[in-house]
Amino acid sequence: MHDKQVRRRRAVLLALVVVSLILLTAYFGEPQSSPLHTLQRGIVQVISPIQEGASKVLTPFRDVAGWFSDTLHAKSRADQLQKQNSTLRAELAQAQSAELLNRQLAKQVGLDQSNTIAAYQKLSASVISHDATLWYETIEVNKGSDDGVRINAPVVWEGALVGKVTSVGSTYCEVTLITDHTFAAAAQAQDQNGDSGVLVPRVGNPNQLVLQDLPTINPGQPAPQVGQQVVTLGFKNGPLQDLYPAGIPIGQISDANQNNLYNNHQVVVSPAADLRHLYAVQILIKPNAGTARAQLPSG
Amino acid sequence: MTDQTKLALRLAALAFGTVVIQQAAVSQISIFGVTADLGPLVVMSVGLLMGSLPGAIMGFSTGLLVDLVLFQTLGVTSLLYIGIGYWSGRVRELLDPAHGLVPLGMGAAATAVAGFGMAVIQFLLGVAAPVSVLLLQQIFVTILVNTLIALPVYALVRRILSSTLPSDPRRRRRRAYTTGGLSPLQTRTGPLPRSR
Repeated sequence: MHDKQVRRRRAVLLALVVVSLILLTAYFGEPQSSPLHTLQRGIVQVISPIQEGASKVLTPFRDVAGWFSDTLHAKSRADQLQKQNSTLRAELAQAQSAELLNRQLAKQVGLDQSNTIAAYQKLSASVISHDATLWYETIEVNKGSDDGVRINAPVVWEGALVGKVTSVGSTYCEVTLITDHTFAAAAQAQDQNGDSGVLVPRVGNPNQLVLQDLPTINPGQPAPQVGQQVVTLGFKNGPLQDLYPAGIPIGQISDANQNNLYNNHQVVVSPAADLRHLYAVQILIKPNAGTARAQLPSG
Repeated sequence: MTDQTKLALRLAALAFGTVVIQQAAVSQISIFGVTADLGPLVVMSVGLLMGSLPGAIMGFSTGLLVDLVLFQTLGVTSLLYIGIGYWSGRVRELLDPAHGLVPLGMGAAATAVAGFGMAVIQFLLGVAAPVSVLLLQQIFVTILVNTLIALPVYALVRRILSSTLPSDPRRRRRRAYTTGGLSPLQTRTGPLPRSR
């Protein structure tokens, strides 16, 4: 009797492990249109309204926890914001005059403005699920194809890029954050030269990004500095255009170590958006979007 | 409805509720820069309360649900949770722990298995994710946070399952003293006579 129980226990355990390994092997490396992916999307489609409801019901608990956290950090944050505010006021005045000049010149030369953020509509969405592991930086939001969301649509919050849509159901979509290991985007440092490169997550620190493949900068030449903004580059070439419109802030340069800059042609960037505390986002939807898109290879 | 059906339904509801609450609320509350992970704690609690086989099945189901809901590679989390559920159950079967702080240690161990196990599997799958001091730091802080909440989670799971459980270690321990089976002060025929 005891032997039978032991055999049964081992058989069930083995069966469960084998099923897990089969699922893992079958899923890994399959395309998005595979049966397992389709099944996964179907199940999420069913569960997402429940998650949305649970998210709303549990909002007070999140708010209480957030209140404690905010209170603890309030003083240091207030000092930091005060300093930031005075810097931003000066920058705003410069930016407003530059924008005016830019608009006038763009009109004069008939510059194509179809890949700027102004050409997109912003669709607000609530975050209904958040994967906080270091391995998959994804969130799920309550807007889907019924609302006009498409795969690869850029996602922003408080004006800063937070990620892109990687999977869409009719009532929900999955957003992969900019700190996910699969993320890569053409970006530009707002320094004197407008140096551009490829922005990828930093290996060794999932809360930071690296702007790599910058042009060669010789000592003595103007170079990216700590505190400068990094924005999306948003290139366009005929029907082919970048996934992200030009000029969306991504973050600030937090480390422009000269050795790293001159030898490896890269600087460290801290994301502008607080990716760990996203409760709502805006999805950028382009009316009559074309189908030809360019995406930089990840890694 | 039989007791077994009731138990299965409760376990299914527990797994579903855990995943929904984890994703909708707990994962968005940051404590010391990390978030608590209810999954390993609930699976550990079920294993500790019910044994290795139900623990492994609960681990597989909860892990699969986590992978499905989070668009992760199917099978990764379930593989880890099977181990957590099974070994929590084996601890119960082999050691029959009755100490009230056992869930604390088991919670820490379960979280460590989940954290390090996930790192190893991702590394084997070739995910170009950060493997660094920061990762180790985050895993250790998560273990700490989960250890702090292990007892309340265990108590909650026990409360949810208590009416359908075949036997409860605490109930068994209490019964042992009240029936006179294990107390050295009592004999088979009854309590020892009082000395004057």
